[in-house]
Amino acid sequence: MSCALLLLLMSLALAMGTGAAVEIQRPRGVPLSKRQFYEENKPFTCLDGSSTIPFDRVNDDYCDCRDGSDEPGTAACPNGSFHCTNAGFRPAFIPSSRINDGICDCCDTTDEYNSGATCQNTCREMGRKERESLQIMAEITKEGFLLKQQLIHEAKRGQEDKQGKLTELQGSKKGLEEKVEALRTVKETAEDPEKEAKERHLKAWEEQKELLRMEKDKTRMAEAFLELDDDADGYVSVAELQSHLELDPDSDGSLSETETQGLLGGADKVDTSTFETVWSGIKDKYLSEVSQGQSEPPAPVETPQEESRDFVSDHDSDHYPEDYAGEEEEDVEDDEEDDHDEEEEEEKVPPTVQTPEKREDDEVSMPPYDTETQSLIDAAQKARDDFDEAERALREVDDQMKNLEKEIGFDFGPSAEFAYLYSQCYELSTSEYIYRLCPFNRVSQKPKFGGSETNLGLWGQWAGPEGNLYSVMKYDHGQGCWQGPNRSTTVKLTCGKETVVTSTSEPSRCEYLMEFTTPAVCQEPASLDEVLHGHTEL
Amino acid sequence: MCLYRVLVLSVFLSITQAVDRSNFKTCDQSAFCSRQRAMKPGQSSYTALLETLELSDSHLTVQLLNNNNKVLLLLELYRLQGNMTRVKINELKPIKARYEVPDVLITDPPTELMSVVAQDEHRVVLSLGGEDWRLILSAQPFRLDIMEGPQVLLSLNSRGLLAFEQLRIRKDTAPTSGEEEEAEEEVDQPGMWEETFKTHADTKPNGPSSISLDFSLPGVEHVYGIPEHADGLRLKNTDGGDPYRLYNLDVFQYELFNPMALYGAVPVLLSHNTHRTMGLFWLNAAETWVDVSSGQGSSEVPQTDVRWISESGIIDVFIMLGPRPNDVFTQYSSLTGTQAFPPLSSLAYHQCRWNYNDQEDVSAVDQGFDEHDIPYDFIWLDIEHTDGKRYFTWDNNKFPQPKDMLQGLLDKRRKMVTIVDPHIKVDSSYKIHTEIRSRGYYIKNKDGGDYEGWCWPGNAGYPDFTNPEMRKWWASMFAYDQYEGSMENLYTWNDMNEPSVFNGPEVTMHKDALHGPWEHRDIHNLYGFYVQMATAEGQIQRSGGLERPFVLTRAFFAGSQRYGAVWTGDNAAEWGHLKMSIPMCLSLGLVGISFCGADVGGFFKTPSAELLVRWYQAGAYQPFFRAHAHLDTPRREPWLFGPDNTALIREAVRQRYTLLPYWYLQFYHAQRTGQPVMRPLWVEYPEDIATFSIDNEFLIGRDLLVHPVTDERSSGVTAYLPGNGEVWYDVHTFQRHDGAQNLSIPVTMSSIPVFQRGGSIICRKNRVRRSSSCMENDPYTLYVALDSQGKAEGEIYIDDGHTFKHKTDKQFIHRRLSFTANSLSSSVARIWSSYPNCRRNGSGLLKEYETQDHKLC
Repeated sequence: MSCALLLLLMSLALAMGTGAAVEIQRPRGVPLSKRQFYEENKPFTCLDGSSTIPFDRVNDDYCDCRDGSDEPGTAACPNGSFHCTNAGFRPAFIPSSRINDGICDCCDTTDEYNSGATCQNTCREMGRKERESLQIMAEITKEGFLLKQQLIHEAKRGQEDKQGKLTELQGSKKGLEEKVEALRTVKETAEDPEKEAKERHLKAWEEQKELLRMEKDKTRMAEAFLELDDDADGYVSVAELQSHLELDPDSDGSLSETETQGLLGGADKVDTSTFETVWSGIKDKYLSEVSQGQSEPPAPVETPQEESRDFVSDHDSDHYPEDYAGEEEEDVEDDEEDDHDEEEEEEKVPPTVQTPEKREDDEVSMPPYDTETQSLIDAAQKARDDFDEAERALREVDDQMKNLEKEIGFDFGPSAEFAYLYSQCYELSTSEYIYRLCPFNRVSQKPKFGGSETNLGLWGQWAGPEGNLYSVMKYDHGQGCWQGPNRSTTVKLTCGKETVVTSTSEPSRCEYLMEFTTPAVCQEPASLDEVLHGHTEL
Repeated sequence: MCLYRVLVLSVFLSITQAVDRSNFKTCDQSAFCSRQRAMKPGQSSYTALLETLELSDSHLTVQLLNNNNKVLLLLELYRLQGNMTRVKINELKPIKARYEVPDVLITDPPTELMSVVAQDEHRVVLSLGGEDWRLILSAQPFRLDIMEGPQVLLSLNSRGLLAFEQLRIRKDTAPTSGEEEEAEEEVDQPGMWEETFKTHADTKPNGPSSISLDFSLPGVEHVYGIPEHADGLRLKNTDGGDPYRLYNLDVFQYELFNPMALYGAVPVLLSHNTHRTMGLFWLNAAETWVDVSSGQGSSEVPQTDVRWISESGIIDVFIMLGPRPNDVFTQYSSLTGTQAFPPLSSLAYHQCRWNYNDQEDVSAVDQGFDEHDIPYDFIWLDIEHTDGKRYFTWDNNKFPQPKDMLQGLLDKRRKMVTIVDPHIKVDSSYKIHTEIRSRGYYIKNKDGGDYEGWCWPGNAGYPDFTNPEMRKWWASMFAYDQYEGSMENLYTWNDMNEPSVFNGPEVTMHKDALHGPWEHRDIHNLYGFYVQMATAEGQIQRSGGLERPFVLTRAFFAGSQRYGAVWTGDNAAEWGHLKMSIPMCLSLGLVGISFCGADVGGFFKTPSAELLVRWYQAGAYQPFFRAHAHLDTPRREPWLFGPDNTALIREAVRQRYTLLPYWYLQFYHAQRTGQPVMRPLWVEYPEDIATFSIDNEFLIGRDLLVHPVTDERSSGVTAYLPGNGEVWYDVHTFQRHDGAQNLSIPVTMSSIPVFQRGGSIICRKNRVRRSSSCMENDPYTLYVALDSQGKAEGEIYIDDGHTFKHKTDKQFIHRRLSFTANSLSSSVARIWSSYPNCRRNGSGLLKEYETQDHKLC
């Protein structure tokens, strides 16, 4: 490399007193498993084979090997690692950058041999603690696993029950379907004569009404004639009719003589019998002189609801932090006004259009059905009721089946061990909120001191890592967040004897994390001895 | 209620996607600016009355007469040591005193003798020293010209834009009779005695008081400075648009490439051409507008005209005559001081978020850094850590044991910053509030009551930091027994100190609020400066004067460099904002504020993983290196974007840590000399025109050139390597490139194009550990990059990294390193008395050099 000539790297290496070794058999920081590569007084070959150096350059606080293997006990290599034996506890590798950094990392204190840090050997204590907690954990696991077996058993039974129920329902569904069909025929059979009878009745009523109407019209016409015939000469003349501007055919506001003549069928005046033809042409428009002046519809009184807006007092101190930085007061107010309007609209009940029932005084209600018709109607009604009931029963069965199918179809884990959580809810109370987890359904949060519930997510899917899919549940599509996504919750499942929500947090705005213990995730326990002694280097 | 809230927020969102410009004034909407700007260049109405000229040892005074209204001004001219001229103009007899900015200048600038070279009835020629440095004072019309030989360097009032609104009695309240001396009846213009912006009335009891002056710079095409603006490094022509505005404001979601005012203001403008660099320091803390106009002057010489307009106070201008860029930096720092020498750890990486929720969260994030083997030094707590936004307190539920938390960090040799803002919740059970109220330390409203405005806590008072008694009291609140739960590894962040007032005009304080005898109008741009000053003082005091403080501020003014770091405020997770972080920090560096950074990742919105990685890579090479995020954004700790991105971020942060000795050395120099740490290329290559407008790459000190990748899906960048005859080495590959060329550099996601100058020696610490403190005693590795002659030079500076002992006891090592004829040697750069670490841990340094007969200690 030509550039190497120009760019020289020089290290002002700090000579670390390698001093009296803690380990005599192997260089500092080397695990037993690699001891054979570090033979004193023989040249050392970097473990990646990249180069070979004299042994006195091992742990001389200068990095020679690219893989860092020549400095297992110093911080010289950026990618090195240091092995702590940690007798009494568990051995560990730490990055070599943590050697002599003044912070005690290895419980046996071997990482801080030249930093001035005073470290206590805590391995025995840690070992004891770990054994204790492992023991507790093992007991929990053991009991939890037993419970899990029970859960699996119950789930299996439950599943069978449900399957049985489903089959049963399928059977009754068939029966119900047949029943519905039968009743439909009965209903339809009963409805035909009902319909005919009703129509008959209605037709008779219509005819009668028409007669009544014609009679009434005649009366009106006679009245109108009398009203119009101002001079009581037995004729209605052009002049007499002209005062009725409402009859103006071209609606120009004046009723000319010619127009009036036209209305009177070309004559100057008409007698009672001729007026009959005239009347049919004008009766829709004609306003009785008696009723005129009273027909003004009342003007609708506009009552705009002026909201009393006291925004200043609405500015509770929590408000600003939500919005952050820099918004000006007026804007906030503007926004609030906008919102207010919006809100108002949303809350507004659709205007109930007051359609005053067109009750004509002379309208007479329909006479009751005759007994024959009524009995036909009653029979049809019963058939309808029977049919509806059967149909409802069928729907119920359908719903039950759908729910069962949904439940059976759920992924309750490899052995359905999570099935017992279905349609259960678990709560955790914090200082501010009550959190509620309803597995396979939803997660929610309710303020302790009033306020509505917030949806933190609906059941999404199992979301554990590969190989441990059933350790994490994901709930998403919860209530939306300002300038953010919809709320979602991740539920981490750990083995426990009880089924409890143990903690909740919101690591990121609107992304919740819940810890949940359940026996359903307990793994078959290894033998306790194995747990306690399997990994301890003695 | 709940529904109501949600609706409020959703509509709010729709109008706040970008800055709401209507919240902030344009020049037209600012009465004095529009009044002043309506005045066009022409014959000045001012005459210098040479018969009143008096020359003393230190300065010259002469009266200026406004021919229109016969008002007299007093001009004072000073020749200052270090090649500077000070021009002060005030009313000769103002009806009441006008505000003169205190506390910004570190001393009364020492003067030098001025002598009259020639004089007639039209002009006076003064010598500014040297052979041919002259200042010409012309009488009719009044103007000043600074000359070098026959060449005009700078002219004042050559465009006749000197305007000085004298204080006056309001006509409708003044006695109308017997005003014979009133030469010309001046007509009140709208906005002189009151002004309304949106719904906010400004009562202006003192009436019009604005000032304006023009400067012409013949031969100048490039001007810089007057931060803070989200704009390119080189200032733009403001003809036809708004002037650059200097008025500290909390601008929500600010826009890029815009002369609008932002959080801080430094009224210093630099001019540069191949021959000369000069500076103008307009010492005025009121709302200020600056017009820049570049074009052809007379005889086709390029020329830049600059015009300053301020709302109140006096004209007090320092003309820094350079001639080299570093001369201007020396000149300016002799006036306002240099960058405070920060604790070494504050140059390392800072992890911030609004908010780390509770102690468990802090501990989990701390743990996360160790698990992913990423170093960090500081974790930050934003406003939510307090008890209801009462600063100096902790939320009892979330942070019940702050000392345990701080001790946990201390055990890992890490530190914390908590936010302490200057708005104080009005709450009679809050000690800080009751103390300030009972001592009468709050800013007053125009009617004399305590001024109150809305901010994070709701209704809040604003302490009057211009009052030295108040500052003293504030400082005492940082004592360990006053600030409960604080420890020596807890530092401070002053946000919202423009000051931000949510329901005030332009989101800040009413100008007619009162600071003792002065209006807020007079001092506005100084408020944030004082807040940081008092806070830094508090940190020094709590350690008995031993430890260096670290205080971050959002608002700032000239001189703020003396008190800590600044950042560019509430930026956004956008590529444009990443790019803009470079010119914004470069502009601040040019005016003394070296410790600058932008929120890594962007504050508002959510960065893509690519943007976040690129921002870490750029931020690792900017002075203040802190990641920060808005409350409503998803978490973005470095390990949340998959192992590949974690590795990229880890590598960027590690590069920062290896270079900490170099950064520390640069800040040591900044403190001693006022040279910026992060520099535009032209500062080091002042004769290379190609560098004058570059603001997508920069130098750290002299020796590192950085061209961050700031484009999405970039496959390459083109970096300009300056210097004819220079050579540059890629710091990652050691590949050599010649200077004075545009170099195309292919890039991948791991690329951070950085070059070391041939001829330099850079000290690094290659053992990157958990925090910078953990690396305290680690060996240095020297990177010797040879120039074309095979030589290189560099420096090493070592001290304890956190106390003032380097100053008080001269406990440091500062040596010059030299490589020549294949041999490395070192010599004393500065004499020190002792450095304990040398004895304890320096054996390695000694050992290496003993063989060469050199001793570092």
